[in-house]
Amino acid sequence: MDSGLIQLDQGSGGRAMHELIDTLFVSAFSNPFLAERNDSAVFEIRSGRLAMTTDSYVVDPIFFPGGNIGSLAVHGTVNDLAMRGARPLYITAGFILEEGLAYGDLKNIVMSMAEAAQEAGVLVIAGDTKVVPRGKADKLFINTSGIGIVPPGIDVSGQNARPGDLVLINGTIGDHGMAVLCKREGLAFENEIQSDAAALGRLTGLMLDAFAGIHVLRDPTRGGVATTLNEIAEQSGVGVRLFEEALPIRDDVLGACEVLGLDPLYVANEGKVLAIVPAQGADAVLAAMKSHPLGRASCRIGEIVADNPGRVFLRTRIGGHRLVDMLRGEQLPRIC
Amino acid sequence: MKYLDEYRDPRLAKSLIERLRRKAFSREVRLMEICGTHTVAIFRSGMRQLLPPQIKLISGPGCPVCVTASEDIDRTIWLAQQPGVITTTFGDLVRVPGSSSSLHIERSKGADVRIVYATLDALQIARDNPDRQVVFIGIGFETTAPTIAAAIQQASKLGVNNFSVFSAHKLLPPAMRALLEAHEVNLDGFICPGHVSTIIGAGAYQEVADNYKVPCVITGFEPLDILQGISLLIDQVESGRAEVENQYRRAVTWEGNPAARKLIDEIFEPADSTWRGIGIIPKSGLAFRPGWKKFDATVRFSMPEIRVKEHPGCRCGEVLRGVMTPPECGLFRKVCSPQDPKGPCMVSAEGTCGAYYRYSE
Repeated sequence: MDSGLIQLDQGSGGRAMHELIDTLFVSAFSNPFLAERNDSAVFEIRSGRLAMTTDSYVVDPIFFPGGNIGSLAVHGTVNDLAMRGARPLYITAGFILEEGLAYGDLKNIVMSMAEAAQEAGVLVIAGDTKVVPRGKADKLFINTSGIGIVPPGIDVSGQNARPGDLVLINGTIGDHGMAVLCKREGLAFENEIQSDAAALGRLTGLMLDAFAGIHVLRDPTRGGVATTLNEIAEQSGVGVRLFEEALPIRDDVLGACEVLGLDPLYVANEGKVLAIVPAQGADAVLAAMKSHPLGRASCRIGEIVADNPGRVFLRTRIGGHRLVDMLRGEQLPRIC
Repeated sequence: MKYLDEYRDPRLAKSLIERLRRKAFSREVRLMEICGTHTVAIFRSGMRQLLPPQIKLISGPGCPVCVTASEDIDRTIWLAQQPGVITTTFGDLVRVPGSSSSLHIERSKGADVRIVYATLDALQIARDNPDRQVVFIGIGFETTAPTIAAAIQQASKLGVNNFSVFSAHKLLPPAMRALLEAHEVNLDGFICPGHVSTIIGAGAYQEVADNYKVPCVITGFEPLDILQGISLLIDQVESGRAEVENQYRRAVTWEGNPAARKLIDEIFEPADSTWRGIGIIPKSGLAFRPGWKKFDATVRFSMPEIRVKEHPGCRCGEVLRGVMTPPECGLFRKVCSPQDPKGPCMVSAEGTCGAYYRYSE
């Protein structure tokens, strides 16, 4: 009898699993590699440098305004490749399903993965499915890997920031984290905050086409802009100076952060890229960013400096300065 | 942003700072911001280095997690260890170290500890888990107490019998008096808390201003609010006045919120309470009234006697009394950090040590 729920035998390697793979995964991700049904995918590459990454997705809730765990997995993996200047090519996906997960939910998630992959121009060429007993996982976890090609002449790395570089971002900060938090905790504000989750590969491609000498690209995911810039400051041995009045923050995100006592600088993003660019290339990169739908609100938020290496400072609206430290532990809402 | 940008206007801020800088100070003026939210707002705005050096801002005992006594932290940990108990609490408390553990550590060992955003959420968890005991850890000042009282009232109305509250609430005016009585820290004025004052009203500070001749200005939390609050205090100090002034008129009235106070009063009565670093302050906590004791977690569970072991070098007590700044503590930045806090002032987002650590060199 079909309960509409995922059963343990659908991960057992038998007929039930094959049915699940054929009817759902192979048809959704439809490509010649998967259609072969072999143990691994074999593909040709041009000569050059490859970028490779892996990531796991355990987000709760699995559906949130602006996306779900599936689209997030594709976006996150594509973005990890894009942040090294790579053109993303292929990704793989391993699914750990909790017994009793609604098949309809899984189907929606897989369909949006397929859609996200198509938009990002990548193929899902290998996969795996396991089902664990109820309570041993939380609905579903997805692990991915991704592979991409780094074009010649591109050297994008967290170690490359230099004094005099400018810090650019492609839009508002904190959207994803606040969308997920508000959904998870049932916090209702006037309008539902939408996640910014998006694949950034095409945007970063345009940016590198405009100016191949971009020093650093990094997506400020968990820990937010503050933590990511601290990482770059440490890796490159430089200081970062941010300008508070230049930070783009949506009114609803700022409002929700004020209510909860959170700092948007530490809230996660899933569709944002921080670009650290030599001053002579900044205008070209900014123009390229603004020409793409994911970069309309791009702006300059700070600069790289020689003093205070390894540290990030913020010049506040009223003209003071304060340290912007790395996120330590979880950001917790205040009490009163 | 509506209602926020107006209070962050850089030009107005600059003119207020200029006004303060033009003043001729004959001596250092020591102002205490009691509330942890003020401490953080002051640091986040970078205001300290813009003020004239004669104005000294001292952080006070206004972070609810920080002033919770060690024995109370240990009691919450003991509660979380009891089989079948779901412990619910507001955020920061989970990481505060007790004598040998924290709620955070207990959670990783399998205890069911959940962070909630409102006490009513804790009540809902109790209704959803009728076969479990759900304890809410009630910490905070007059601001949070009414919502907790409302949840208890609701639990009573709905007949929820598996819900109880561990009340470690604190009342602020008695602590202000205790600080002044101790004569350890000389204060020229109080930057009074905005949130607490919405409940207790500006009038609650009259007695402090009259009896101790210390100016009190109820202040909002935006940079302009705070600058204006400081400016009002300096004016009072200059002219030798000690009055209650209300800078935060858009939220605080003289009477406060009598309905919220009535709610507190129905469930709780003032009781002596132990504050970390200060000790027992008469009538500075909230205990269950006799008719409501069945919701008192200390009645529902027979707790063992607690023997507290604090980190010997921890100076949170001195920091909370305003007699020491965090960098003067031997543990600060060396062994005590937000990742591995030795005392509550480093844990809380509103704690003085945490603010010094995160926002300043």
